Amino acid sequence: MRVRTVLTSAFAALAAAALACLAASAVAAPDKPDPVADAKAFKKYFTDKFPKVKLEDFVNGPYSMNEDMHKQWEEKEQFPPYEFSLEAGKEMFGKPFKNGKTYADCFPNGGIGIRQNYPYFDEKEGKVITLELALNRCREANGEAPYSYVKDEMASLTAYMAFTSRGKPMDIKIPNDPRALEAYENGKRYFYTRRGQLNFSCASCHVQSPGERIRAEVLAPALGILNALPIYRSEWAGMGTTSRRFVTCNSQTRAVPLEPQSDEYRDLEYYLSYVSNGLPISGPGARP
Amino acid sequence: MSMIRKSENRLFDKIMLQSNMRNISIVAVLLVSGAMPALAASEADYNTAFAAADAAEKEAASLHNRWTSTEAGLAAAKKAAAAGDFDAATASARKAEALAKASIFQATSEKERWKDMEIR
Repeated sequence: MRVRTVLTSAFAALAAAALACLAASAVAAPDKPDPVADAKAFKKYFTDKFPKVKLEDFVNGPYSMNEDMHKQWEEKEQFPPYEFSLEAGKEMFGKPFKNGKTYADCFPNGGIGIRQNYPYFDEKEGKVITLELALNRCREANGEAPYSYVKDEMASLTAYMAFTSRGKPMDIKIPNDPRALEAYENGKRYFYTRRGQLNFSCASCHVQSPGERIRAEVLAPALGILNALPIYRSEWAGMGTTSRRFVTCNSQTRAVPLEPQSDEYRDLEYYLSYVSNGLPISGPGARP
Repeated sequence: MSMIRKSENRLFDKIMLQSNMRNISIVAVLLVSGAMPALAASEADYNTAFAAADAAEKEAASLHNRWTSTEAGLAAAKKAAAAGDFDAATASARKAEALAKASIFQATSEKERWKDMEIR
């Protein structure tokens, strides 16, 4: 009788422990990284917020938010302001380095039509590799000095490479590597974290307020925001790379920007590109 | 008995006089300090204020969360000190310290708060 009581008590205790574990895992579940669910929720948020905008049109930034601006953009595309940069990029891309090799030797498919696969996670290095970084590594591997990440040469090269990928859907992979998932999560955290004296996160403008004006500018939606890069900005009176875009955004919130191609910015690009998977590459773009 | 009383009275008067004098002194000091402008900041005041601001900004940097306004405040403090204007230099350094502390608070609180904004 006593043995039965002890056994019953032990069983009850085990059952209680199992239930507690189940409850704990149910509570912990929302924090488990799930990029697929993130990307789905990200797209749903924007398509619900702007039901009239076609999914593939989000890559046109502020021009997708406002009918008048869309018309202006269509006209602007007849003689696009990034055309000079595109031509320069094509020439630079084909011009051999001093050792006779070219950029084509550094990239799969000779660098043509591959923009949609960048950034990618390099499992050997354990880090995110962006297109800008890969271009400079190509230069250095061939005895050339790297370009500035925020100036015209890099913008021209990436403009040409983006152009050869136009219309192809963004296709960023997260390999089965915990470091890749960590990089993705770091990028997500950076995107939503408030910084600077103005206490803004990237999301404050590009999730909470796309389509709204901040001074004279109409804010772009975060969905597909990198698909159009590099961009010609009338405000800059010139071309800008992804690095330049991140640095400028941080400065505008009165945060001291990080170094271009720092781990944080590379992870941010990884996150933002992944959640825009499936949307077409539209770069080089033009913005007010 | 009356001798003792007289002596006690003299002692009482003396104590009251001393007390009144002290009160008058305190009131005078308070009046003067209220009416007069604050004393000018010295180089030592500036050094103390700048060191505190610099330490706070270093902590903000370790959290990857420096603000351009803090950096501008530190630069302005240095510039004013170099020109010998320690009032302005100390004021700028104190402002920079306040901004740096706010950026530390932001970085610390955002460690978890960023999740509130996440699209789920």
